[in-house]
Amino acid sequence: MPIICAKNICFRYAAKPVLEEVSFALEAAQIVAMIGPNGSGKTTLLKMLNATLFPNSGQVLIEGQDTRHWPRQAIARTVAIVPQESPAIFPFFAEEIVLMGRFPYLRSLAFEDKKDYRIVQDVMARTDSLSFAHRRFNELSAGERQRVLIARALAQEPKILLLDESTVFLDLKHQAQFLSLLRELSRKQHLTVVFVTHDLNLAAQNADRILLLYNGKKYAIGTPADILTARNIKEVYDVDVGIDPNPHNGSPRVTLMT
Amino acid sequence: MIQINALLLLLFVLLGIIALGLGAIHIAPAGVVRAIADAFSGKGSASEEELILFSVRLPRILFAGIVGASLSVSGVVFQALLRNPLADPYVLGISGGSALGAIIGIVLGAGSFYLGVPFLAFCGALVTVFLVFIVAGGSRGLMLDNSLLLAGVVVNSFFSAAILFALSIVNSMELHSISFWLMGDLSGAALKETAGAALCLFIGFGILYAQARKLNLMVQGEETAMQLGVNVRATKYALLIVTSLMTSVAVSLAGIIGFVGIMVPHMMRLVFGSDHRLLLPAAALFGASFLVVADTLARILLAPAELPVGVITALCGAPYFIFLMRKKVQG
Repeated sequence: MPIICAKNICFRYAAKPVLEEVSFALEAAQIVAMIGPNGSGKTTLLKMLNATLFPNSGQVLIEGQDTRHWPRQAIARTVAIVPQESPAIFPFFAEEIVLMGRFPYLRSLAFEDKKDYRIVQDVMARTDSLSFAHRRFNELSAGERQRVLIARALAQEPKILLLDESTVFLDLKHQAQFLSLLRELSRKQHLTVVFVTHDLNLAAQNADRILLLYNGKKYAIGTPADILTARNIKEVYDVDVGIDPNPHNGSPRVTLMT
Repeated sequence: MIQINALLLLLFVLLGIIALGLGAIHIAPAGVVRAIADAFSGKGSASEEELILFSVRLPRILFAGIVGASLSVSGVVFQALLRNPLADPYVLGISGGSALGAIIGIVLGAGSFYLGVPFLAFCGALVTVFLVFIVAGGSRGLMLDNSLLLAGVVVNSFFSAAILFALSIVNSMELHSISFWLMGDLSGAALKETAGAALCLFIGFGILYAQARKLNLMVQGEETAMQLGVNVRATKYALLIVTSLMTSVAVSLAGIIGFVGIMVPHMMRLVFGSDHRLLLPAAALFGASFLVVADTLARILLAPAELPVGVITALCGAPYFIFLMRKKVQG
């Protein structure tokens, strides 16, 4: 059974259609890149996958069950998202932010116990954010905040991790660290990853499959080699690119012709 | 965490004892403690001193504490829900709506029903709360901070005008003085009403405290809260109804007391951070102490005359508000 299944989903904001008849199925433990030009519906689709938004028609099935029927806390134990940014109006410690990822596991009056703190320690170590655990979230740099938000999502111990351009603020070292962490989690813990990005080479090198959206419709889904062709990119992005195999691992390498 | 709140409780008790002794008849804190010990051991004499302490000042101090705690806790919750550290029941016009509701109640004779006036005050608060949230953009994107505050200013001056209008067409003995509604006044404290307000505070606080973890998530944004497993809509309505109730009870008994709900939560956040599991009890206890001090100043500054306590809170609150606004603009 596919872990994520979208069936003919349509969505509009006011009268403007954002998604039209989008269908696809994703298997567990895959790393999937979602690409497409601005306004192609990527973020909206991501919100449907974690049930903060519901389609006007059609269905999103997570583990075979319609997102409309998932209880809120149960879906938070299954799907986590790393947002692009998080408002920091009130001062919280970085560690407190990560602890919030344990909310779906706690009963309403309970405090976090040893196990929760151990998980938080672990995910903060993995995202290299322990060194600022006791600093205020709003005083951190954009890249540090991003790592804290990644840690929070991992603290949810999800089966599906959604990333909305979560690598843009990371420096090279932390990008590499994060991407290898994702591969490790998908291999060892069968984590399914769906990431939105504008970096086609990042998608080519790291994704098992690529979902290409265009004007709210699914343009194509397949392996990086199938999707990243000069013809597809010309039609969807309206730019000319050259494509050759990456000398490092043979994945398609996209070069913008200017 | 428990220690911090124990300290704040101790602060409240100490300030209460000092405040008990201050006034036209001055009694040193030691004398106050002795009188309390006497009263507890049943040795109490019916002296004039004890009468003043226990029948006049004590109910008033308890009343001030309850009103201060209610307003501060409401402030914390409104700030969290609107994600704006400048929101509080007074600035947003909720106190004003509540006062207008209470006055309409008195004018229409609801005072002859049990809880008739507080009920209408509650309706006034609730209507204003939902108006504010509609103006603020509801669950979709939040309105700019400044427009929200401007809306509050407009709503407030509308309510003040409506209150003054009501007071000038009705010359009822039941209506308190104008200053009571416009500047807040704790001199009408009676034990029966204080007990009712205390009950509301304790029940309301219990409900809010059970939501403290959810509040932590709500200030991260409604979408984030939702994706972390909070049932956002239900939580928001529950919180708004409870805080409206607490605000309206405070207002129907004490008039409009401004700025407490901004200053107290802000100071507590500065010292203890933003975790609502600590912030809510800390704001309640410190808010209680704060209003006891403010009310004691109101009693003794111009003795034998008395100031409305809202004068004191506004005199320190308004500059504090401007300071906060400037900090926000710069930061």
